Amino acid sequence: MPESLQNLQGPYFGEFGGRYVPEALIAALDELDTEYQRAVADPGFATQLADLHRSYSGRPSIITEVPRFAAHAGGTRVFLKREDLNHTGSHKINNVLGQALLTKRIGKKRVIAETGAGQHGVATATAAALFDLECVVYMGEEDTQRQALNVARMRLLGAEVVPVTTGSRTLKDAINEALRDWVTNVDSTNYVFGTAAGPHPFPAMVRDFQRIIGVEARQQMLDLVGRLPDVVAACVGGGSNAIGIFDAFLDDEAVRLVGLEAGGDGVSTGRHASSITGGVPGVLHGARSYLLQDEDGQTKESHSISAGLDYPGVGPEHSYLSSIGRAEYRPVTDSEAMEALRLLSRTEGIIPAIESAHALAGAMRLGREAQEAGREEIILVNLSGRGDKDVATAARWFELVDAGADLGAEGVDA
Amino acid sequence: MSATALRIDELKGEGRAALVGYLPVGFPTVDESVVAVEALIESGADIIELGIPYSDPVMDGATIQHAVDVALSAGARVRDVFRVLEAVSGHGVPVLAMTYFNPVLRYGVEAFARDLAAAGGAGLITPDLIPDEAAEWTAAADAHGLDKVFLVAPSSTPERLASTAAASRGFVYAASTMGVTGERATVGARASELVAATRAAGAERVCVGLGVSRPEQAAEVGRYADGVIVGSAFVRPLLGEGTFTQRVDAMRAVAAGLAEGVRTARVDGGVA
Repeated sequence: MPESLQNLQGPYFGEFGGRYVPEALIAALDELDTEYQRAVADPGFATQLADLHRSYSGRPSIITEVPRFAAHAGGTRVFLKREDLNHTGSHKINNVLGQALLTKRIGKKRVIAETGAGQHGVATATAAALFDLECVVYMGEEDTQRQALNVARMRLLGAEVVPVTTGSRTLKDAINEALRDWVTNVDSTNYVFGTAAGPHPFPAMVRDFQRIIGVEARQQMLDLVGRLPDVVAACVGGGSNAIGIFDAFLDDEAVRLVGLEAGGDGVSTGRHASSITGGVPGVLHGARSYLLQDEDGQTKESHSISAGLDYPGVGPEHSYLSSIGRAEYRPVTDSEAMEALRLLSRTEGIIPAIESAHALAGAMRLGREAQEAGREEIILVNLSGRGDKDVATAARWFELVDAGADLGAEGVDA
Repeated sequence: MSATALRIDELKGEGRAALVGYLPVGFPTVDESVVAVEALIESGADIIELGIPYSDPVMDGATIQHAVDVALSAGARVRDVFRVLEAVSGHGVPVLAMTYFNPVLRYGVEAFARDLAAAGGAGLITPDLIPDEAAEWTAAADAHGLDKVFLVAPSSTPERLASTAAASRGFVYAASTMGVTGERATVGARASELVAATRAAGAERVCVGLGVSRPEQAAEVGRYADGVIVGSAFVRPLLGEGTFTQRVDAMRAVAAGLAEGVRTARVDGGVA
């Protein structure tokens, strides 16, 4: 094991990671890697990015203690890292601003992206508007219906949204289609990958762009309560918000790192998106990592009420952290997540994204476990996104409006 | 020596390139895919590529994606490739499997190589496995005397052309263009340059794929490459209207035209 687990640069994280992609993409990945290393060594790049964080996306994001919510979490103290307050509503903007700056440095004029919930697509469309880049976003057709408002947002921002009608019509198929576009248009196009997965250098690069979450939160906890949290909890689909908040704490051995995977209807039902809990190692979308697959190695469809976690794979660094026992990964079902979403809304006046509600549900369980064990704990939860995009889903789930009411998210022509 | 390489060299001696035909296993059913492959051999394919259906074929365009979806929906399994291999490998035509890597990884790389060799398979074409990540497959292929066909692309650097050529056995698969499989009006102009560069980097045999669908394209590519790889153009008629027999006949007609194409390639110009 390396001396420090922070800032691991790949291409391998233990036995995970690598570059399982067509040869046609290797030159572009090398170019991206080289340009990224140059950018990292260039103080001007860090300054540019820091300026954008401060004056455009609104960093540093605050932390908020949520005592009324925490009363339902075994009475433990719960703090939220408020990535939901970022411009565009989630942590995705952190990565996208970094990759958009890189695109400009490389000199390419067109970006493509995949999106599940639409958060990464919206963030990419936003950065493309800001930096005057042509932008095409691939989105599974099913997701364009679940998240029609985000489709409209992306189009408003000037992006082209391409509904993907192959396979399960969700995030994994959107990535396939984006990879096909990239193979074809790699001379003009940069692929702004949305999560800390995929072929090297994406897992390390996206993690680096997201690690500001943990760097800020670690210092904010020290400033506010004078010590580190006992537990850091984050939801894990591909895993970018989780690795972003985990990284700064990786060498703090006393801090438990817990990733909450989408348990869908429950891992035992087979209808879930818990790649580490319910999957086995394999290769998908360019990296070796845990994934949901059948005995033939065919990717299994994932299931989650949260489009952003509805992905059968996970970033290779999470697989590594799980394999060495540094982080633990647990499933949270759809209904547990929705209960947590409602609870935070009612007790604290904060409507979280359904993705982030998985982390909240995990925190509730961890808090109760601590209470049962007689421990007084502090839990830091990464509130990775806000729930505006999920209101229609929540309205249906909780029957908040009359049946047949027009919620605007279904039946929109995507 | 690799049976594939031997066949390519024999044909080179006859003054022409090999016609390498791709069809997916289990499309539209496993038994029918055997019939289709035999028809392709009868119609002039010199080397066969059996595609193993995979849920996430990122190097394939719409035609092959569709066929593979049909195969998977009909219940095609990875192990069916061995059944089809056993059925079609008695024709004196080398048969390779073409597969994304995860099904092989899941099956067990060594076990897959063993069973592929036992079924009469010549080797593997691996579109999403670069030699850098292929240590396990290379060891298994070497142990079982199997071809390792890696890809090069117009974007490959001279260093990567050399390392890929050195890692390959059978032939090197040159992607004619930056893109995915599918029929195209023109074969990339960079294809002939890529073949020359791959040879200069040490490859003895270079076959060209992606986008070849018409006899004149096969003739053009056959002038400078050791083999002309065709997939979507054979799959498309099988996806068409009519009975299975009629669809196979339509595929035979396409194959006959392409076989004629590679045979006329060097009549005037001699060997490139």
